[in-house]
Amino acid sequence: MRDLLAALAQVRERLQEISTADARRLQELRTELLGRKAGTLTDILKALPTLDAARRKQVGGEANALKRELENALDARAAELSRAPVTAGEDLTMPSRAAWRGGLHVVTQVVDEICAIFHELGFTRAVGPEVETERYNFFALNFPKDHPALDAQDSFYLGPDVLLRTHTSPVQVRTLERYRPPVRVVIPGRVFRRDPFDPSHSPVFEQIEGLAVDEGITFVDLKATLTAFARRFFAADTKVRFRPSYFPFTEPSAEMDVACRICGGAGCPTCKQTGWMEILGAGMVHPAVLSNVDIDSERYTGYAWGMGPARIAMTRHGIPDIRLLYESDVRFLEQFTDADGAR
Amino acid sequence: MIVSRRWLEALLGRALEAEETARLLTMRCAAVDAVIGIHQDLGGVLVARVTEVRRHPNADRLSLCVVDAGSARGSALEVVCGAPNVAAGRLYPFAPVGASLPGIGTLERRKIRGVESNGMLCSAKDLGLGDDHAGILELDTTAAPGTRLLDAVPLEDHQIVIDVGANRPDLLCHKGVARELAAALAGGTGGTGTAVRLPEIPGGSDNGTAARSSRPTTRQSDGVVDGVQVRLEDPEGAPRYMIAVIRGVRVGKSPRWLADRLASIGQRSINNIVDATNYILFEINQPLHAFDLAKLRGPAVVVRRARPGEKIVTLDGVERSLTADMTAICDAERPTIIAGVMGSAESEVSDRTTDLVLECAYFQPTRIRRTRRAVGLDSPSSYRFERGIDMLGMPDALRRAVDLICAVAGGTMREPPIDLWPEPVQARSVFLRPERVTQLLGIPVERSEIERHLSSVGFVAAPKDGRMAVHVPGWRPDVTAEVDLVEEVARLKGYDAFPDELRPYRPGTVPDARLERVKDYLRRALAAAGMLEARTMPLGGPDGPEAIAITNPLSAEDTHLPSRLLPGLTKRVEHNWSRRTRDIRLFEIATVFTRETGNGKRETSFVAEEIHVAGVVTGARSPLHWTAKVPDIDLWDLKYHFELAVTAAAPSCNVQPATAGAGVGWEAVQSGTGEVRGRAGPLRADAPVWAAPLFGFEIVVESAARPVPVYRPLPQTPSVERDIALVLPPGVTAASVEAVLRRVSREAVVEGDGRGRAEGGEGGAGGAGGVGGAGGGAPVEILERLVVFDEYRGPGLAPGERSVAWHCSFRDPTRTLREAEVDRVLTAALKALEGELGVRRRES
Repeated sequence: MRDLLAALAQVRERLQEISTADARRLQELRTELLGRKAGTLTDILKALPTLDAARRKQVGGEANALKRELENALDARAAELSRAPVTAGEDLTMPSRAAWRGGLHVVTQVVDEICAIFHELGFTRAVGPEVETERYNFFALNFPKDHPALDAQDSFYLGPDVLLRTHTSPVQVRTLERYRPPVRVVIPGRVFRRDPFDPSHSPVFEQIEGLAVDEGITFVDLKATLTAFARRFFAADTKVRFRPSYFPFTEPSAEMDVACRICGGAGCPTCKQTGWMEILGAGMVHPAVLSNVDIDSERYTGYAWGMGPARIAMTRHGIPDIRLLYESDVRFLEQFTDADGAR
Repeated sequence: MIVSRRWLEALLGRALEAEETARLLTMRCAAVDAVIGIHQDLGGVLVARVTEVRRHPNADRLSLCVVDAGSARGSALEVVCGAPNVAAGRLYPFAPVGASLPGIGTLERRKIRGVESNGMLCSAKDLGLGDDHAGILELDTTAAPGTRLLDAVPLEDHQIVIDVGANRPDLLCHKGVARELAAALAGGTGGTGTAVRLPEIPGGSDNGTAARSSRPTTRQSDGVVDGVQVRLEDPEGAPRYMIAVIRGVRVGKSPRWLADRLASIGQRSINNIVDATNYILFEINQPLHAFDLAKLRGPAVVVRRARPGEKIVTLDGVERSLTADMTAICDAERPTIIAGVMGSAESEVSDRTTDLVLECAYFQPTRIRRTRRAVGLDSPSSYRFERGIDMLGMPDALRRAVDLICAVAGGTMREPPIDLWPEPVQARSVFLRPERVTQLLGIPVERSEIERHLSSVGFVAAPKDGRMAVHVPGWRPDVTAEVDLVEEVARLKGYDAFPDELRPYRPGTVPDARLERVKDYLRRALAAAGMLEARTMPLGGPDGPEAIAITNPLSAEDTHLPSRLLPGLTKRVEHNWSRRTRDIRLFEIATVFTRETGNGKRETSFVAEEIHVAGVVTGARSPLHWTAKVPDIDLWDLKYHFELAVTAAAPSCNVQPATAGAGVGWEAVQSGTGEVRGRAGPLRADAPVWAAPLFGFEIVVESAARPVPVYRPLPQTPSVERDIALVLPPGVTAASVEAVLRRVSREAVVEGDGRGRAEGGEGGAGGAGGVGGAGGGAPVEILERLVVFDEYRGPGLAPGERSVAWHCSFRDPTRTLREAEVDRVLTAALKALEGELGVRRRES
């Protein structure tokens, strides 16, 4: 009896050998251990009937468990060997088997990234219609009637008083009509200007508008939020400057520049030798805009901004002509399927 | 707006550094787009004296000059010169060897007709100073030979190109820019080191003495000045109207200084009268119009609304029709000027003009804007009237204009100008609360600092009941409210003076737009399926009867908005084909526009907007690989893309084969309403022969949320697998077969009293009672998975018949199914299939 248990222990030690055996040795081991005629374990099992019932049960249980273990180990090793490279002769420089890779448009990627940064700064996404009335597109935004400020907003009309929005700013008005402060939204969308196509202009392009209205919001918050955005979107050490500008719906109005990404501020053709790149227009929401939507402009203040993600995408990726963005040439689109992960 | 650095220097009485000037203006006032150096390329040119002129030994028309170019360069250089006017003892611009000249390049020492020349004496043209090439440029200077030309003669300059906002007409002249610059240079210190003073007019005398004895402003609307009757009949169009009469002018060339001033900002010199009015325009922003008194019938000047149908031949020779919305300046009989926009060819000042009528007016801005747009004429004057000029500054402006004209063209003004101003207005007063400044700007600004900033650009602030009453100068029509003054304080203080530290904020009340999330999910799903997102131009020809037309399209091609996305995407495929690209998989998510049929609430209700998603696929199913031939995308790939898009974009819809008549393809049918919300199928396109078939889909995107997935316990029991091959008679679909298979297997379990045994069920008998009937539990779906793995047509089957093979997995999650039970279910199912659809098992 003691001999049998010792014999089992010896067989168990052979398990290790199995895991490193090659195909031929594996076959030998199978015969040696489990062979029907003279397998070591087979012999042990054959000896079982000579034992009394209690011992038979003990040794038999152990022997059968070991048999299963051995079988599993032999099978596993056999499978492992069959999976190994078929031959050493394969030319591994041959190309892989690929699937098509899709991707988001480079402008979508920039829009998403910008919105994500503002999301972290507490801004949710809002949207609005592309067909607008003059009231929403201009007059609720404090554009005076028959004013030269309208010249920069040459519009496509669909009917008297109905036009394609020239900016995403009407969504400011729609949002403030629907929700009471505190309001913090970013508004991405398509806008339309009656400008013919050229390398830097497109009659249709994307814009991202932003709006924050609450008690106690100041010009300092505007600067802080937009600076934080620029440092996140470009680089933590990005130089930013704010300078005066004019928009009918903000006052004070500002434009934000960042140090040119190409020349680092020294002056180059991309930044027209100024060392700066204009990124966005902004300002404190004009009290008239708040009054137009029945918000008390003495109690509430706010800021708003707008930027062009297409222009930003062009700068970031060195795209020389805006028309490339809308031509849908597969060779162009495929260049940016990985741009998302590049950051 | 282009300003000249030198002109600004004249107004400020100090030197300016161009780049720093540009920076200050950009940071405090308005963006400078460019700084352009003028004649900066003449740095190598020197003042030199010709000390001796000899005949060139080998050429009659050339002379050999001895030139003194200063001690550093040489005081006896031999220079060959071809100019007839060269004379000994005079000073000329001299380019020594090594200097470079515009359009010529760097000068080298070379022999001219056998004599070496050590440089070049220059004409005006050589220096880029004009077209005069007749002779070399004689210099009128006291500078010593050897002095840099640029240091001796005021030639070099910078043009500073300012992007002036529509709200700042005051920046459309040098005086206004100089005012801002003075404030910026003082930097809010209140220092008065730099003040703006109009420069003396060279040659100005007391020719126009009458101008100084200004006659008092009248509230009248007519009068006579020096024999000219002036009548203001349209005070709405011209609230203030002044006329001066100058007699005895000589129209001719402008003096050099005046022509140079205008040239420095890119304005061509025309004659002394036109140049003088232009100078005033660019100096102090007052448009003026001078016309010939002799051609004025009456003589009278009548300002009135034009009559419909009245015509005028404008300066550019075009006959233009006037409307009653325009203001016309007329003589006793007919209109001679479209007010503020353009004069007539007839009334123009000519060489023979001796007596001038000089108009100095304020025209109502919106009137000018509408007129200018209606007649399609742009001019520097209309540009300024549209933005609003300084109504209060008009007498000073006219006085200076008269002085200037008399100085450059002679003539005298015998009577003070007439000033028609029926309803005089005073300087506007705006209240400012210092605490409001702080509330908006976020940092405290002292009252004294506010005052300092405002007064630096011409505002006058006085305390009034704890507030400040601020008088707005006439040149700032944009400042009408308190917040306008807050902006003045902020920009004059400098935006860079404000901190930019983030402060806590309250979260907003606006939820994320669900539509944006749906679009995002949809984009990512389609991109993951190998499709590229496109953004196409939503302008083109009409793509259907519902297409919305643009009233004022840019071109004859782009006249409509899209009512569907597929036509645009198909064009993009054709574009790619034209670039020899064969494998194309594009999608787009965008708004489309159709005619609204119902009664929308929006004011734009005749246009309905919908968000659509569309995709086009053609070419190889995957990138080529050497191990096997890659097939082209076919209908079944399309069906996958369509199903994927429908799941993401329109979860309320099911994909069904297109109804008869719609062609081969599928539809997304909304459950409940039965409305078709999307379609997929082959597309027609202008395809090259090597192109693969093109397929496409388009779906209306729903903003509704997709259902939240609920966890289903992972099975703990084994499954039973069966393959069955069935012969389907013509017209029987796989979907109908699957429906029967599922129904029968469900009924089998229910009839077996919920859980116990799966008895062979009679096809259909008592099936309806099963749902919710037996024992409270929902029917157990034991047919877990049903997958088609083969289809066969051909020998062994009747024509029209096909054999379809399914792999079925059966499982009861609550217990182990027995093989026999599954066999009984299949037997029952086969019986039902045969009875209901004529489907039989295929004998192998």
